[in-house]
Amino acid sequence: MRLQISTSLALYSVLEFAANPERAISAADIAAKYEVSTHHLAKVLRELVRAGILESTRGVGGGYRFAGNTRRLTLLDIIELFEDLGDGAGRSRQPGASTDVGSALGVVLTEIDEIAKATFRSVTVSTMLRLIERQRDTAAQIPHKRTRRG
Amino acid sequence: MARARIAQPVRAPAGLRIRPVEAADLDQVIAIASDITGKKKTDYWYELFHRYGAGRSRQRLFLVAESGGEIQGFIIGEVRDWEFGSAPCGWVFGINVRPNARLAGIGTRLLEAICAGFRHAGVDTVRTLIARDNSLVLSFFRSQGMMASAVIPLEKDLG
Repeated sequence: MRLQISTSLALYSVLEFAANPERAISAADIAAKYEVSTHHLAKVLRELVRAGILESTRGVGGGYRFAGNTRRLTLLDIIELFEDLGDGAGRSRQPGASTDVGSALGVVLTEIDEIAKATFRSVTVSTMLRLIERQRDTAAQIPHKRTRRG
Repeated sequence: MARARIAQPVRAPAGLRIRPVEAADLDQVIAIASDITGKKKTDYWYELFHRYGAGRSRQRLFLVAESGGEIQGFIIGEVRDWEFGSAPCGWVFGINVRPNARLAGIGTRLLEAICAGFRHAGVDTVRTLIARDNSLVLSFFRSQGMMASAVIPLEKDLG
């Protein structure tokens, strides 16, 4: 599955802010870390503020801060702000969709969509932060294992 | 949608302990399950107790979370050997916590306890199966580090 760039930027940003909920981080800092345009990121951050997931802070050290609930906010909540993961309606308008082949293919693609949505709906920001932590721990252990073997 | 910054913390009941189910617990277990599912299924629970209860087998586990004589939740699972072409692994097929005792880490304690039992029985993987639209329970297992399995469940309408 491929997410649109704005969606990916939103997910990166929310996870960055949620990992440091007390700290205001500037759009420029996030843009530099993920090597993206500050202008594009700023538009994404404004949308997240409108949704109540982030709040903007002014003054020295201003930027954005996490304003959501990590145990309740899911990946699907964030994704659906930026794109429609679909209920198959768009697919039914594609050429060939009304043929037997198109219809059967639609059944399989809908199944994939539903599994993807259920997955995004079941993963909270809190769960993602823990997953990131585990990935970091695993990455830190690999050189250690190599050293022990060597 | 996302305004509430912090989930309301719930304190775990004092003296909470996880232990094998006993016959005297069954009425409370049935009450918890039927409150949530809307179905009482008394015979089903007595049959489960007969097969899984009171530490009858190292491979079958039926545990309860209890504090001050009150059952707060339960978990049931077993080790299954070489099914679906996979190495023996632990399966969790039932977990419930009283709705007013949730967000206190009781589900986590129950899952940790059954996983310790599975490890003791010699397996190092735990699996479960959850309806796609059951976001609450799916989110719970995800929060415990469980990921999509290499096994895909399939079904067919026989009607």
